[in-house]
Amino acid sequence: MSALGVVGGVVQPLLVVAGSPLLIGVLRQVRAKLEGRAGPGVLQPWRDLRKLLLHKESVTPRGTSEVFRYAPLVLMATTLVVAVVVPFVTTASAVDPVADLFAVVALLALGAVALALAGLDTGTAFGGMGASRETTILALVEPTLLVAIFALSVRVGSTNLAAIISSTLDDPARVISPVSLLAAVALIVVIIAETGRLPVDNPATHLELTMVHEAMVLEYAGPDLALVELASAMRLSVFLGLLANLFLPWGIATTATPLALLIGVAALVVKVGLLGAALAAGEVFLAKMRLFRVPELLAGSFLLALLAVAASFFLA
Amino acid sequence: MNLAATGLGVAGTLGVVSALAGLVVPRGARAAVVGTGTALTGAAGVPAGVAALAGQSFSVTWPGLLPLSGVAFGLDTLGGLFVAVTGGVAIAAGIYGIGYARHGLQARATQAVFPLFVVAMLLVPASASVGTFAVCWELMAATSLLLVLAEHRRRPEVASAGRWYAVMTHLGFVTVLIGLVVFAAHAGGDSFAALRSAHLSGATAAAVFVLTLAGFASKAGILPLHAWLPRAHPEAPSHVSALMSAAMVNLGVYGIVRVGFDLLHGGPRWWWLLVLALGAASAVYGILQAAINNDLKRLLGYSTTENLGLVLVGVGAAGLFAASGQRVLAGVALAAALLHVVNHAAFKTLLFLAAGSVLHGTGTRDLDHLGGLRRSMPVTTGLFGLGALAASALPPGTAFVSEWLLLQALIHGLPAAGVATAVAMPLAVAAVALTAGLAVATFVKAFGVGFLAKPRGTGAAQAHESPPSMLAGMGLAAVACGVLAVLPATVLPGVAAASGFGDPTTGEAVTLRLADVAGTLSPLVLVLALVAGAVITLALVRGLLARRARREARLWDCGAGPMSARMEYTATSFAEPVQRVFDDVVRPETDVDVDHHDESRYLVQAVAYRRRVPDRVERRLYEPVLAAARAWGSAGRSLANGSVHRYLGYGFYTVCGVLILLAVTR
Repeated sequence: MSALGVVGGVVQPLLVVAGSPLLIGVLRQVRAKLEGRAGPGVLQPWRDLRKLLLHKESVTPRGTSEVFRYAPLVLMATTLVVAVVVPFVTTASAVDPVADLFAVVALLALGAVALALAGLDTGTAFGGMGASRETTILALVEPTLLVAIFALSVRVGSTNLAAIISSTLDDPARVISPVSLLAAVALIVVIIAETGRLPVDNPATHLELTMVHEAMVLEYAGPDLALVELASAMRLSVFLGLLANLFLPWGIATTATPLALLIGVAALVVKVGLLGAALAAGEVFLAKMRLFRVPELLAGSFLLALLAVAASFFLA
Repeated sequence: MNLAATGLGVAGTLGVVSALAGLVVPRGARAAVVGTGTALTGAAGVPAGVAALAGQSFSVTWPGLLPLSGVAFGLDTLGGLFVAVTGGVAIAAGIYGIGYARHGLQARATQAVFPLFVVAMLLVPASASVGTFAVCWELMAATSLLLVLAEHRRRPEVASAGRWYAVMTHLGFVTVLIGLVVFAAHAGGDSFAALRSAHLSGATAAAVFVLTLAGFASKAGILPLHAWLPRAHPEAPSHVSALMSAAMVNLGVYGIVRVGFDLLHGGPRWWWLLVLALGAASAVYGILQAAINNDLKRLLGYSTTENLGLVLVGVGAAGLFAASGQRVLAGVALAAALLHVVNHAAFKTLLFLAAGSVLHGTGTRDLDHLGGLRRSMPVTTGLFGLGALAASALPPGTAFVSEWLLLQALIHGLPAAGVATAVAMPLAVAAVALTAGLAVATFVKAFGVGFLAKPRGTGAAQAHESPPSMLAGMGLAAVACGVLAVLPATVLPGVAAASGFGDPTTGEAVTLRLADVAGTLSPLVLVLALVAGAVITLALVRGLLARRARREARLWDCGAGPMSARMEYTATSFAEPVQRVFDDVVRPETDVDVDHHDESRYLVQAVAYRRRVPDRVERRLYEPVLAAARAWGSAGRSLANGSVHRYLGYGFYTVCGVLILLAVTR
C-alpha cells in the first residue's frame, strides 16, 4: 500500500460523497436551462439531503424485515468501497487487491441487488415491479459490461484498474484505436442503463408504468431515503469517473505531492462535470424507451463490445 | 496402509454397517441411526480425500472378487478431490436426514439405500479399472434411483420422474461403457494404468472421447441430456436432492477430466471446443429456465445445470489451452473449474437443504404460494439468503471467486491464441456474464419472493421452523460456504493438485495472486472493506446526523386500506420481463380466459390466466423421439394380435428364412 494509494483512498471518497449531489444538481440545472426553466440551483440536492437527514425520521413500514432496513447501508457500503478502490484521483489504489474491474462491477451489482430485495421485502406491487425490472436490466447489462472489460484488458493483460489506467497514460495513442472507441460507446450505453438515466429509466418520474429505480425506494423516508439518494448519486459519479479515467486518464496524480493531487482532483471534477453536462444535454432530446425496447439497445451495445474484442485481436 | 486407504476403507465399512442398521433398527430410531452413520461415512471420506490430495496415493487389486476383470481401487489427487467433496456433502446431508427423514421417510428400503448411495459415490472416483468403475457407477445409479422413488406413494409425479431418470441414466451408462470398453480393447487391459499407457489412433480416441463425453455429460445434467435433472431432483427427498445435485453430478465432470486429461492425455482442439460450447449453452439455458421457474427445487435443479455448464466452460478452456501449449492458462482454467465444483457443492447443499426445510415447514415448494418466512423460519431464511448470495456470483459469495478465476483464464487466453480460440473466448466470457446476470435475477426472485414480504398462501402463513438436526446440517454447509467465499486460498492448493497443472497462484493466504499472469483478488479484504464501509455509514448517519427516532407506519396503500397478500408481486410476475425478453428461446405457453358478464361484453366476470413454460430442448428433441417410439410400438402391436396360429406362423417363416439364408450363404 503506497503513500499515493493511501492519499487517494482518503481523498476520493470525500470528493465523491461531497461532489455527487452537486453533480446531480448540475445535471438538473443543465436540463432546466435547456428546457427554458429557471431550475432550483446546483445546491438543491444537498438541501434535500440535509432536510432528510436532520429533520425527518426513518419510517419502517409494518411487515418489512431487516432486509428493508439494512439495504441502504449495503448500497452505501458498496459504493463507498468502489469510491475508495478505483483510481480516480491517484493512479495507485488504496486497496489494490480489490481494485479489479470485475470486482468493482460485481460490487456495484451487489448494491443494486440489495435495493431490489428491499423493494420485494415491502410486499407492495410497486416494490416488486421495480425490483423485477431492475434485475432484468442488470442481467442484460452484464454481458456487455464484461465483454467491454475484456476488450480493455486484453491489451494490458490485466483486469487491474491501476494497471489499465497506467498503461493508457504510457501509451496515449491507444485511446483513438477502434478498440477503445467501440468499447467506450458500449460502456456509455451500459452506464446509462445501470444508473437509470434516460432513455432506459426516467429519474424524474413517479408514474407506475415508467418507474424502475424510484419504484423500489418508494417506502423509504428520512435518513434511509437520504442514504439511498446519496448512494445513487455516488453510483452515477463513480460510473462517470470510471468512464473518464478508463479512456481519458490525463491529469490523474502519479505522485503524492500536493500540486499533483490538486490537479488530480480538479481533472476529475472537470471530466465528470463535463460528462454529466453532456448526459443531461442529451436527455433533453430523448424520451423514455418502452421497457421491452431496452433489450434491443443493450443488444446493440453488446455487439459493439464484441466488435471491440474482435478488433483487439485482429488489429493487434 | 496410508490415511487415504484407511479412510476410504472405514467409510465403506461404516456405510455398509449403516445400511444394515437401516434394515434392522426399529422404526423410531432408524432415521437417527442411519443419518448419524451416513454423516460418519462422509466424515471418514473427507480425510481420505484430503490425504490423497496431499499426495498419499494408494492402489489395491483384488483379482478374484469380480469375475473376468477383478476389482481395482486406487486414489490419486484428482479422485481425492471428488472423494473429499462427496464426503463433505454427505456429512451435512446425513445430519440433516436425522430430522428430515422422520416425516414419512423411515421406510426400511429408503433408509438402507441412503448410506449405500454415499458409499457408491465415494467409490466411483476411487475406481482404478474399467470393470470396477462400471460396477460402482451402476451401483450409484441404482441406489440414487431407489432414493428418487422414495415418495412415490405420496405423489404421482415421482413415478414419472423416476422413469425419466432410470432411462436417461442408463442410456448415459451404456455410452460410457461402450466408450471405455472400446478403449480397453485397444489398450489390451482394463486397468486405468493400462489405458493411460495405450496409444490410440486419432479416430478411436475421438470416438472414445465423444462416447464417454455423452454419458458423463448426461450425468452432469449438461444440455441436451439434462432432461432427467429438473425432474428427478425436485421429486427426490431434499437431503437426497442435495447429495445428487452437489455430489453425484460432479462425478460427470470427474469422468470427463479423468478420460480427457488423464487417460487420453488431452486431445485435438475440437474436443475441447465441443466441451466449451456444451458448457456455455448449458449454463445460459439452465439459468434461463431457472429464472422463469416457480418451483423452488426445480429452480435449484436447473441452477445445477447452469453451474455444471460453467464448470465445463472451464474444463473446455483448459483443454483448449493445453492443446495449444499454454499450460499456465490451462492450469488456471482447470483450477477455476474444479474450484467451482467445490463451491457449487457447498452452496447447492445449503440451498437444497434449505428448500427441504421450507417444504417441511410449509408443505409447498411453489414460490407463488410462499413468502413471509422471515418471521416463522428465521434461521432457514438467513441460511437460504447466504446460499443465494453464494450462488449468484456476487461478492462476497463463493461462486464469485471461482467465476473470477474462470474469467481471468478466458481473458488471458486471447492474445496468444488462434482464430478459433479468438472467437470462442469472447463468446464464452459473454455466456459466463449473461449467466451471472441471470443468476442474480433468479436468486433475487427465489429469496425475495420466497422468503420476504407477506405469506402468499396458507402453507406459508402457518410455517414453522425445522428441528435442530436439520438446522445443524444446513449450518455446516453454510460454514463451508463462508470459508470458501472469504478464504479460497485454503482449498486452492488442493484443487490445483487435483488439476495436475500445478498451483496457478503464488500461494498467499489472503490474496489470490496469479503466478504467471496478472490478476489479483482478495475476497477477505473485500469483505473487510464492505464491513468498514457499512460501519462508518452507520456511525455517521445513526450516530451523528439522524436526530429523530425511527418509527413504524403502515405501508403506503394509496389510502385504500391495508394491502392484502394478493396484491404482492409473485414469482411469475417477477420473472415476466425476463421471460418476455427471452420469448424466442423459452417459448412460454400462456392461456388467458376471460368470462364476460351476460348483460354486457364490457363487464368482466372472471379472468383465468395459465402459464406453462415447457422445456424447449425437451419438446424439440425428446418428444419426436418418444412419439416415433410410440408410433413404432403401436404399428408393431398389429403384428401381435393374440392369435396362436399367427405366432406359430411367424416361427415357421423365421425358421424357413434362416434355413434359406444358410443355404444361400454356404
